[in-house]
Amino acid sequence: MIGSFYHERDTLLHRLPAGPKLLFVMVLGTMVFLFNDIRVAAAVCGGVVLLYAVARVPVAVAWQQMRFAVPLLVIIFAAQWFIADWRIGAIVVLRFAALILAASLVTLTTRTTAMIDAFERFLKPAARIGVNVRMVSMSLSLALRFIPVVGRVTQQVREAQRARGLENSILAVALPVIIRMLKMSDDIADAIEARSFSSEDVHAEDGQARV
Amino acid sequence: MIAFDGVVFSREGRELLRIPALELTERRIGLIGANGAGKSTFSRLLNGLLVPSEGEVTIDGLSTRSDGKKVRRKVGFVFQNPDNQIVMPTVGEDLAFGLKNLGFEKQELARKIDAALAHYGLSDLRDRLTHQLSAGEKQLVAIAGVTVMDPAYIIFDEPTTLLDLGNKKKVMATIDGLSQNVILVSHDLDLLGSFDRVICLHDGKVHADGRPDDVIAAYKALFP
Repeated sequence: MIGSFYHERDTLLHRLPAGPKLLFVMVLGTMVFLFNDIRVAAAVCGGVVLLYAVARVPVAVAWQQMRFAVPLLVIIFAAQWFIADWRIGAIVVLRFAALILAASLVTLTTRTTAMIDAFERFLKPAARIGVNVRMVSMSLSLALRFIPVVGRVTQQVREAQRARGLENSILAVALPVIIRMLKMSDDIADAIEARSFSSEDVHAEDGQARV
Repeated sequence: MIAFDGVVFSREGRELLRIPALELTERRIGLIGANGAGKSTFSRLLNGLLVPSEGEVTIDGLSTRSDGKKVRRKVGFVFQNPDNQIVMPTVGEDLAFGLKNLGFEKQELARKIDAALAHYGLSDLRDRLTHQLSAGEKQLVAIAGVTVMDPAYIIFDEPTTLLDLGNKKKVMATIDGLSQNVILVSHDLDLLGSFDRVICLHDGKVHADGRPDDVIAAYKALFP
């Protein structure tokens, strides 16, 4: 789900609140494993594909969601065929494909903030046992925002190391990336604090405000 | 009014800033100084990201030490690198971030975001992923994310350092057009010529304070 993002359209699925959509994925994830019939698995998968049409998601965008999973699905199918038979392989692959497509459809039709709000509501009861729900949902948002940034920083460091003749050193890339990300996390914490986010208003002993 | 009263800021036993008394009342104030002169510490003391080791910084009578939340509502902060300031995956969501922290209801929030996006010419970028924006667009989004919260003061920490000439002009025109009181930290002395007041920090102390021409001359004299 992390790799995909909101695809602007005005459809029924886009207008549907995030909560029911997330619930649908959870229910689907359970139901799809209750039936051991290739026709049911195919029908469920076909049904999810139809929902893509309802959400007016272009084929290219849908393919983008699936392409990383395809090699894994091929391996699973081959292994199941080898261990059991091709029907079992097909059922397993159709189940996983349906789930991946359904989860991606939720992110394609739901703004991140709506999804985070839904998570926050879902986690609210956990606040009674000391879980800081606001911090959990903030962490989810930050993960979505900064995964591409980490990728870009890694690319920059790799290019810099290559320019200095270090072609295949994992350590030479990992260390500068970690140091840069740690420095960045300090700045991000300041930026979040500066924009009035706080789970509690505290200052550390060094005078630094801390999220 | 922003006031420093007997302010000392130390870290790990080292004194980084000492400002016995200072009042900031002008609408556009520039802050200059060499690397390590105390500019970042000074600017972070203004909205309570840092609190002084001794003394008090007050914003319109609110102490940054005891009224941190209220102070941060009054004082916005635009960082040098917008990549570290934009915290949400899309432009619209990032503008919503600060407003949600202030407790705005959904409709008012949407109205304010629409207005801010239109004001900065960013309406077409509302659903664009923030990591896909150009450097200039990112800085505008960072500024919009702060101004949409309607603070009385905005601190800019070297906002043009990472920009090319075209984007620098665009960002400076945006800053010039703001109705809020602005405090601009910059190494680019050309940007400060039209400011009401410039303060030069050196070794953690105010070295010069006054009209831009005089203060910039005093700063240049530090490096003959």
